[in-house]
Amino acid sequence: MVDLSVDLGFIRLSNPIFTASGTCGYGLEMIPFLELKKLGGVVVKGLYFEPRQGNPPPRLVETTAGLLNAIGLPGIGVEAFAREVLPQLHQQQATVIVNVCGNTDDEYERVVRYLDDHPGIAFYELNISCPNVKEGGQCPALDARATFRIVSRVKKATQRPIMTKLSPNVTDITIIARAAEEAGSDALSLVNTFLGLAVDVETGQPKLANVWGGLSGPAIKPLALRMVYQVVQTVKVPVVGIGGIVTGYDALEFLAVGAKAVEVGTANFVNPRVTLQIIDELQNFCQKKQLSRIEDYIGSFRPRREKQKT
Amino acid sequence: MSQLIEAVIKDKKSWGDYFFVTFQAPELAALAAPGQFVMVKVSPKGPPLLRRPFSLASADREEGTIAIFFQRVGLGTNLLSRYSPGEKISLIGPLGRGFSFEDLAFPGELLLIGGGRGIAPLYYLAQKLKERGLKVIIFYGGKTQSDLPLREALAKKKLADKLILATEDGSLGFKGLITDVLEQEVLSPLAKKAFVCGPEAMMKKVAELLRRWNLPGEFSLEAFMGCGFGVCWGCVRWIKRGQEYQLVRICQEGPVFSREDIKWSEEE
Repeated sequence: MVDLSVDLGFIRLSNPIFTASGTCGYGLEMIPFLELKKLGGVVVKGLYFEPRQGNPPPRLVETTAGLLNAIGLPGIGVEAFAREVLPQLHQQQATVIVNVCGNTDDEYERVVRYLDDHPGIAFYELNISCPNVKEGGQCPALDARATFRIVSRVKKATQRPIMTKLSPNVTDITIIARAAEEAGSDALSLVNTFLGLAVDVETGQPKLANVWGGLSGPAIKPLALRMVYQVVQTVKVPVVGIGGIVTGYDALEFLAVGAKAVEVGTANFVNPRVTLQIIDELQNFCQKKQLSRIEDYIGSFRPRREKQKT
Repeated sequence: MSQLIEAVIKDKKSWGDYFFVTFQAPELAALAAPGQFVMVKVSPKGPPLLRRPFSLASADREEGTIAIFFQRVGLGTNLLSRYSPGEKISLIGPLGRGFSFEDLAFPGELLLIGGGRGIAPLYYLAQKLKERGLKVIIFYGGKTQSDLPLREALAKKKLADKLILATEDGSLGFKGLITDVLEQEVLSPLAKKAFVCGPEAMMKKVAELLRRWNLPGEFSLEAFMGCGFGVCWGCVRWIKRGQEYQLVRICQEGPVFSREDIKWSEEE
């Protein structure tokens, strides 16, 4: 039996496979298809303090090997989550990671302060990178100072570890990553979706009501992988890789470049059991490679040395 | 509780661009109800990446089969139309909340109003209503004769006490829209409830008529879906909950909604 457990420094998890925020609802919707306790972690849908309706439809467009969404973070708010959802997740023995959102710095703080009083949450993922909730795709993760400010504030407000989720829609993600680390983020997860646009050529209208949205799915995997690699080279805190993961081999690519764990997103829509298949594939891969622990594989990526140009 | 299974195609019938595909899927047949749907992975590795939703057009517990009826209109339905009996396909289902008909009893007439491929869930519903000995009037409309391929099966299986057909070009039945026919037909005082599925414009018109006649109705809504089982929040529509409209998931809280709960236009 291969040891798939991974250490994020502040917590050891049974395996490196999480469901990504916004792709598994509040976790409970997945119960017909899988046992939540078999996952390394369940990152539940982004939570604001108050309930929200989200964006008007249409919210989704399928693109080549990808999905463009402008859902806009509809949600039940922290009170209903703590009262109705959290006890059920606890009963399922799920490792719960709550994705924390806010319209203001103050709201981020209120969300973690409220949730800190409720047991059954392993840590928080700080969502400073949703592209769909602010005009023009502006979000704190596009700016190093805003990132530093919010992460510092949340870090002071909570007893729990925080993992900051970064946006890929920046010129240099390592600058934002460093800001989050310096502000005290215990881990980083990346990437959120890439801003994208789809046009209905018949009508000349955008296909999404929100005009543009965030692209996810297999199409973004190489883009995400490059960024994860760069950030792993830059920071000391653990990095969790996200972006287009569908198979065990996709997950292994992220682990190879140094991600301690990965989140699986869009693939859950296609196959709600995909995370368990990925876990099996990791087991098989390690057995084949005669690795007793997945941690021996993490960071194994060795770029070839550039040949001397003549 | 819905399930993710690999199902073998048992039978396939086709009429031009319309297909009726039956799957051996006892796990799904045991749970299915009219108005529910399945998410089908039309290509094992993609594209398209996402599954496609299809209303159940039939389910037979004893045979362990379920069926879908669809029109070839795009990439997904094109690929799906190429499968042959004996081949396997991945399904998730049964999903969503179907029609409510458990409390209906004779006497009284039930109106089933379907436009084009929208006949699919009504074909299944009619079977269940007839099993209960209820009186069923089916209105079935399309652009032309070839858009009404299930008319023969409806007649043969005696699923309608009265089958009213309409085509826009007049090639079969009444000439005009199914909603015109509905308006012209003398509404029986025995009419109790309507069940509707079809293009948005048609359903909107039917909703207006039902409101005028003060007749309850249930509508099966169509939407592009990311997942089909409630996790992506992509398929929402404004639906009345209590006193206010909310963005509600068609896949989870629907796809069947009551006429008075659906927001049909921006003004409502």
